[in-house]
Amino acid sequence: MKKIATGNKAVAEAVKQVQPVVIAAYPITPQTEIVEQIAKFVSTGELKSRYIPVESEHSAMAACIGASVTGIRTFTATSSHGLLYMHEMTNWAVGARLPVVMANVNRSIGPGWNIWAEHTDAMQERDTGWLQVYVSTVQEAYDATLMAFRIAEHNDLLLPVMVNLDGFILSHIMQPLDTVEIGDFIPPMHLPHAIDPKNPAGYGGLTGPDQHFKFRWDIERSMRDSVKIIETTEEDFAKRFGRKYGFTEDYRCEDADVVVVSMGTLGKEAEVAIDMLCKEGVKAGSMRLRWLRPFPKLDLKGKEVVVIDRDYSFGFGGILAKSIQAQQKTDVYSVIAGLGGQEVTYEDIADFIRKRRIGEEFWFGVSDHV
Amino acid sequence: MLKCTSACAGCSDSLALRYVLKAAGPDTVLVVPACCTSVIQGIYPKTAFNIPVYNIAFGAAAACASGMSNAFRASGKKTNVIVYAGDGGTLDIGIQAMSGAFERGTDFLYICYDNEAYGNTGMQRSGGTPMGARTTTTPTGKTDAKKDIDAIIAAHNPPYMATACAAYPHDLFKKVQKALTFRGPSFIHVLAPCPPGWRYSTEKSVEMGKLAVKSGMWVLYEREYGKLFINPESKVAMKKPIPLEEYLAPQGRFKGIDEKTLEMLRQNIAKTVKKLAAEEAEE
Repeated sequence: MKKIATGNKAVAEAVKQVQPVVIAAYPITPQTEIVEQIAKFVSTGELKSRYIPVESEHSAMAACIGASVTGIRTFTATSSHGLLYMHEMTNWAVGARLPVVMANVNRSIGPGWNIWAEHTDAMQERDTGWLQVYVSTVQEAYDATLMAFRIAEHNDLLLPVMVNLDGFILSHIMQPLDTVEIGDFIPPMHLPHAIDPKNPAGYGGLTGPDQHFKFRWDIERSMRDSVKIIETTEEDFAKRFGRKYGFTEDYRCEDADVVVVSMGTLGKEAEVAIDMLCKEGVKAGSMRLRWLRPFPKLDLKGKEVVVIDRDYSFGFGGILAKSIQAQQKTDVYSVIAGLGGQEVTYEDIADFIRKRRIGEEFWFGVSDHV
Repeated sequence: MLKCTSACAGCSDSLALRYVLKAAGPDTVLVVPACCTSVIQGIYPKTAFNIPVYNIAFGAAAACASGMSNAFRASGKKTNVIVYAGDGGTLDIGIQAMSGAFERGTDFLYICYDNEAYGNTGMQRSGGTPMGARTTTTPTGKTDAKKDIDAIIAAHNPPYMATACAAYPHDLFKKVQKALTFRGPSFIHVLAPCPPGWRYSTEKSVEMGKLAVKSGMWVLYEREYGKLFINPESKVAMKKPIPLEEYLAPQGRFKGIDEKTLEMLRQNIAKTVKKLAAEEAEE
């Protein structure tokens, strides 16, 4: 069904179709519309979930964990400080191997209070074991949320999945949305280690060094297996509903001499910049990284690479730039742009590409080359 | 609960838990935050508990139980969800999650077993430590009073709340059974004398519990829909308590307590007793 929706509403729409049994969430700008919409769906009976209006994000994730371990589907949504407050429990969800799905509306971290788009919130979760996908359109927010449940709950994976959408730039803008009848795209959830008083077991108790590392390795093994699960899920989605996704969205990369890599809405903006540059005779392409975890093997061989980070690791660099540099074993031009919702236009992106200085870092709007 | 837990000798937390689990029956899940009970279960892959135990982060027990209870009820299951948390996990780090779960009317039983300090980590002070008690972080005795968690819980108007102690096993057993008949949140605050923490000899845990009640330091009661019932043992103690020193003297943690602190403890007891007596008389 075709409609017009915001990114937030698209997420709520997907959740409505998936019908989690328990949803626990705490409001935070700019995620609020997701919980409001969910509460509305629950009140009208369109969503049969139990909605737990918890008193904090830490409790939101704890409630999802407690619910999920009984073998039922769960969902939560947050943003920025909410995600950071949840951090202890996001780790717990991974170690407990629970397929919780969460939408995170990317927003900067204070102080000072800034409610606008930045990826630093989710980036601080990158080592927890959550799978992370970053979307760029309202349609993709919807599609990725649907797929997140099937991926997370896959019995060869059983790890939580986070769907990231840029605060305001995507959460609050209206775009066309084509909703689908999901049918049997997402099978009923089956949790092999679900709590059962008839078959009592201890969960998450004291674990010695001789066992702990095995559980850690098991998480990594599943994370590696997730590549195939993501691929088959996205293939099946394309087959059923006609929209194809991948680990990256590559735009005019094939013949490009220079490729700009970014995540989220910046990736869509970059496509306009690429068209502009190609008209000027610059052989440029855009690669929008969709999955941050598992981090895909990128095909950038023989290209000059410009990376735009909407995040930063102080004392280290742009997190995406450094990751790509490490994987490709080559220098990149690292642009730090869009922090705290700073406006970055396609013209700015074209400029980053034109004026690239491989091996250097550039803070857009702040300084000259460092 | 099976034999051979890794509890300390004379542990009254595990004694209380035995009665709790007997009363609750097999269709029960225990949610346990970081506390002595996380240790008592034993080390993976072994467990000394014969019911499912879900271990969760320190400040998250009530929230986790909240999700679990909702999930069970949504699936039409009547499984008891019982939080079994220490005083640190209840009065301090877990208070927000607990308050939220009570306010939302979560269908669960929250049991706080109170050994009046962070026992698992080696007896550091908690909000539950009484004034004058020495802990590893109050080496000269705590200067602040014990947090009145029962008053805080009462302010949430749960259908059922009670105090108990493993030294009175029938009372504890009956209170757990009764708590589980109520829909919505219920709370039982269990005093859990701790031989290594309170520094008394291991055979005296039951005796310590009785002395706590007889001296009025611990009052046994229950509140059903706000109506207070004080246990006969405590009614006797409220009228004619034994000297407080009889309870404090066997405990190393109160060694060298000064007269001023002692007097403040006495005043606190008198205040609590007066308040409870007035509340009961009101009915």
